[in-house]
Amino acid sequence: MTQSNRLGGGQIDRNTSLTFRFDNRSYTAHPGDTLASALLANDVRLIGRSFKYHRPRGLLTAGSEEPNGMVELRTGARKEPNTRATTIEMFDGLEARSQNRWPSLKFDALAVNDLFSNFLSAGFYYKTFMWPAAFWEKLYEPMIRRAAGLGSLSMEDDPDEYDKGFRHCDLLIIGAGPAGLMAALTAGRAGADVILADEDFALGGRLNSESFAVGDHSAPDWAAQVVAELSSMPNVRLMPRTTVIGAFDHGIYGAVERTGDHLPTLPDGKPRQILWRIYTQKALLCAGATERPIAFENNDRPGIMMASAMRTYANRFAATPSQRVAIFTNNDDGHRTAADLHTKGVKIAAVVDVREDAPGSYDYEVLKGAQVTDTKGRLGLTFVEVTLSDGSSRTLDCGALGVSGGWNPNVHLTCHQRGRPVWNDDLAAFVPGADLPVGLSVAGAANGVMTTYGALKSGAEGAAEALERKGALPDLPEAEDAPVKQKPFWYVEGCKRAWVDQQNDVTVKDVKLSYQEGFRSVEHLKRYTTLGMATDQGKTSNITGLAIMAEVAGKSIPEVGTTIFRPPYTPIPIATFAGRMKGQEFHPTRLTPSHYWAKERGAVFVEAGNWLRAQWFPLPGETHWRQSVDREVRETRASVGVCDCTTLGKIDVQGTDAAEFLNRIYANGFAKLPVGKTRYGLMLREDGMVMDDGTAARMAEDHFVVTTTTANAVSVYRHMEFVRQCLYPDMDVQLISTTEAWAQFAVAGPNARKLLQKIVDPEFDLSNEAFPFMACGNITVCGGLRARLFRISFSGELAYEIAVPSRYGDALMRRLMAEGEEFNVVPYGTEALGVMRVEKGHAAGNELNGTTTALNLGLGKMVSKKKDSIGSVLSEREALVEPDVLRLVGIKPVQPEDKITAGGHLMNADGPVDAANDQGYVTSAVYSPILNSNIGLGLVKNGAERLGEKMRLVSPLTDLTVEVELVSAHFVDPEGERLRA
Amino acid sequence: MIINHPLLGPRDASEFTYLGDASLIDRPDWQAENASEAFYEYGYLRDNPAGEHQELWYHEAGDRSWLVVTRNTLTHEISKVELARDVARARGRSK
Amino acid sequence: MHDLVAITALGGTEPRVDTIGSVTCTEVPGVALASVASRMGKEGKSAKALAKLIDAPAPEVGRWAGASICAFWAGVDQWMLEASFDTHEDLADQAKKALGDAASVTEQTDGWTRFDLTGTGIPSVLELLCQLDLRKITDDSAARCAIHHIGCFVLCRTSESYSIYGPRSSAGSLHHAVMTAMRSAL
Repeated sequence: MTQSNRLGGGQIDRNTSLTFRFDNRSYTAHPGDTLASALLANDVRLIGRSFKYHRPRGLLTAGSEEPNGMVELRTGARKEPNTRATTIEMFDGLEARSQNRWPSLKFDALAVNDLFSNFLSAGFYYKTFMWPAAFWEKLYEPMIRRAAGLGSLSMEDDPDEYDKGFRHCDLLIIGAGPAGLMAALTAGRAGADVILADEDFALGGRLNSESFAVGDHSAPDWAAQVVAELSSMPNVRLMPRTTVIGAFDHGIYGAVERTGDHLPTLPDGKPRQILWRIYTQKALLCAGATERPIAFENNDRPGIMMASAMRTYANRFAATPSQRVAIFTNNDDGHRTAADLHTKGVKIAAVVDVREDAPGSYDYEVLKGAQVTDTKGRLGLTFVEVTLSDGSSRTLDCGALGVSGGWNPNVHLTCHQRGRPVWNDDLAAFVPGADLPVGLSVAGAANGVMTTYGALKSGAEGAAEALERKGALPDLPEAEDAPVKQKPFWYVEGCKRAWVDQQNDVTVKDVKLSYQEGFRSVEHLKRYTTLGMATDQGKTSNITGLAIMAEVAGKSIPEVGTTIFRPPYTPIPIATFAGRMKGQEFHPTRLTPSHYWAKERGAVFVEAGNWLRAQWFPLPGETHWRQSVDREVRETRASVGVCDCTTLGKIDVQGTDAAEFLNRIYANGFAKLPVGKTRYGLMLREDGMVMDDGTAARMAEDHFVVTTTTANAVSVYRHMEFVRQCLYPDMDVQLISTTEAWAQFAVAGPNARKLLQKIVDPEFDLSNEAFPFMACGNITVCGGLRARLFRISFSGELAYEIAVPSRYGDALMRRLMAEGEEFNVVPYGTEALGVMRVEKGHAAGNELNGTTTALNLGLGKMVSKKKDSIGSVLSEREALVEPDVLRLVGIKPVQPEDKITAGGHLMNADGPVDAANDQGYVTSAVYSPILNSNIGLGLVKNGAERLGEKMRLVSPLTDLTVEVELVSAHFVDPEGERLRA
Repeated sequence: MIINHPLLGPRDASEFTYLGDASLIDRPDWQAENASEAFYEYGYLRDNPAGEHQELWYHEAGDRSWLVVTRNTLTHEISKVELARDVARARGRSK
Repeated sequence: MHDLVAITALGGTEPRVDTIGSVTCTEVPGVALASVASRMGKEGKSAKALAKLIDAPAPEVGRWAGASICAFWAGVDQWMLEASFDTHEDLADQAKKALGDAASVTEQTDGWTRFDLTGTGIPSVLELLCQLDLRKITDDSAARCAIHHIGCFVLCRTSESYSIYGPRSSAGSLHHAVMTAMRSAL
């Protein structure tokens, strides 16, 4: 296939040929092309089918505002639907397919919708699918879902990588057209740290699309020369292929850099896109303007496009949609397109200008005071019907029509902090209002300065003002400076189907109908007609919609107002927002010191917050987790077991007021805890609910080591800092986390002491007399390694926790296993830990669920009334101390094999099963291999007084009813003889 | 948002954790006669101003300072950032 | 002398070294750490004692200083000391002796893992990892920040040598983050 619509000149590399495929046909292109320009060069005008009516559609624009020319790009897992052909930089081997058509682009079965368009007008979803209600889920919704949408997803994981990054600058310049380049030059030469970002791969903006001169150079050459100077400045960072997607609080901007989209394949480890957060002192919006269409009958045929886009394709990409084109305009800019195309050898059928006083031309015919009233051509434009000023008709034979309805400044980012644009009568367009995001100013066409010279000047001045620099500005080159001449003209009267929003198939009639039906706020208009929704967010359609609305309402456009522009400026893949935080990298993974050893032992791991903890250690032949867990519990209670408990939070509390500080933090008292002793501590929230529990070991008069639960380590530390800094700012107390510094292992079971005696250096006496229950101290192990020993027990057994510097944790675990062989030492995981703590009746995470008080947990007496502590006052609130408040109890099924279900509710033995008769609920449930029974812990109204009572455990969701008995929560060793042994 | 930390300069708000109204500094006297009423108010009753609001932020991914940030809830403008410890002392808190 | 064999935070017996492009990332297990926090009302005394210990003025906010023993700022009246593990395994004890009752000292050696980045182009790696304003970083900077949700210290020794301290348990995730950023940026 030859590039039959390729023109001369342009900024493409003709020495290199690229091959690409569209709808399985092969074409050629050149570097510098976009998919859109390459398709036009190859005489392909039909790109896709429209959203609702499946009408044939082509390209409307040459930029990111494109509503129509969307394709599925690439194949397999990398397939990306709804990609704008106008922004796809050509690469060799590119593959794209048209969308929303079946069986083929040229013959689309659902084009039948177009014939029923009277039924599919504004709000048709709401009108048509109202009743019967039962049809919605089964019929309407699946049907709509099948018919709606454009491209399809691959349904495979995205194989590419995405990064996030952070950059800082004095001045961010958004857009590298004439204003942006001149601003960057001004700021860069002044030595400021500048970032210049532009969504295009070629910096220069409109300058790359124009044929006029800037100074002594052609416009693109001037741009290239400035870019070259900027790239040589170490203080200027150029970011092409980067869309600034949003303006956020305090000078923060979001930007997406497409680092890999233009490459056939990504180099290993390179990201496809990077989401930048750019911190700025100041920002200058130089985003230019977008040309707007005029609505007329059948204005959506392939070949009908914006006049400025036509000019871009001709001048920059050396491509034309047809060798014979017409122009429909209400302003002088449309004539510029005609002149440029004429110069390039394209035949101008005529320029149709709605103005009686339109400029004339010697090169082609100008039809003044005329309007385009219809078009022909099933899959692409063939004829244009024109009504002349005298009312007569004229048919133009042409394959493309360039439309120019004036220009809209790209004010989007100025509205991201809820600023509102203001109407400018001269431009018949909205320009940025006064209420801009902090630090942002606007220059060039984005600010309504519509000439090239004006843009250059306002860019230079904008940069100087933003940086508060006085002195001479760089010399400005001479450039085009013609005033804007236009006659506001939005749509041709009397048409039946004139498209306003081509992406959503919204017509002039739909907008009027919506108003008639009472949707009179622009926000309602948008939702009801879908005008301005989807990937283009109405960049080419919103203003026309407002103008029509204003007309039918008899108001001015500014009175009608605008919808709110929100980030992102253009569509962003979800994967870009995810960045690296996906799959295993969704959050950091924390490994315990014995992790590698546990992995060797074949441990099964469980996530506990960010931690990976050994859940159990299966042995050969064990086929069910219960076998492993039951064995670990039995063998620990029979001899000795070891568990890595490093994950518990450890906070070093020092200072002369350390003990008093703990008195405030904990509900129970710590002032009198002797050095060398550990105490269980209960921490309340200020509202009286239990926050956390743990232990505090007094290592010295002014030094405690506090432990927290694994889950609350971070929040407890934060809370302690709050109490220290905000409540008691003069207390001499210093805090620091040491969770990670020490590998800590629980050694539990009747042989725990015997095992430890083989590890702990002989000068430390571990006898019950010398190191009793709740003792703590600094010791050495294995011939002199510093260590800490705590005699505390979570299992109810004779137990210790031993801590060594983390780097030795792996070795210590291996040593404990080797030395423990003679005692059949068993490593146990979090499941066995859980079973043993339930057997012992210790409250843990399931019970400390944020709604329980100390009284609920049977720990009411711990809340000291002789001192001030957080939560003490409010824990006595009336409702929290009523006689029948929930109390912690043990629960045992009458039939031991009956399963207890955590979350199940407890009902009286007789009477109705309903919420009104609820007696409480089960918090924890395990199988106890020691009692050979399922057991549980639960919270039951006045439970402490009801031990021995039979109740029903129900779970209506799972249709479960089990007869249970309330018992003491201390199933094992209720007198505590074992742990004091 | 950017919080201009009194010691570290401007830092991204994502480094901080929000707690709430800076009135949480004014913890009542547990031995006062109306202690339970005072604690109830302290714990549950807050002003919800449309405008300047003093609030507590914690520099979790930074120096672990608690800060009192004066922020306009309408515009997000931050007009003042102080170390909470200094504010607490100024409000008469000690040990 | 005890006979337990240490492993590095990444689980090896030898530190991990990776070079990608112009930057080398080295796991550094041979470092001893201790935190120092002034006691209330003894801020001056502790800063003086600290200065004597590190043979340099106590570092200001966001800075590090010292030679055989370095200190870097960690919080209000709070510093972290770093020294060679081989010669200063008992760094916390040494610091406690030097500071006496002027400061609280806590051993932090194995609370952290350290990765050193050396070579050219380190800022292009760091800008993918943390929010720090790299323009303001000088060769005495020590800043706390979050890297992929992991709380870290970033120390700049020279423009071609940086140290990243992160919590030891997250060493694998931190290393992965640094490696992916190096592959991406270099």
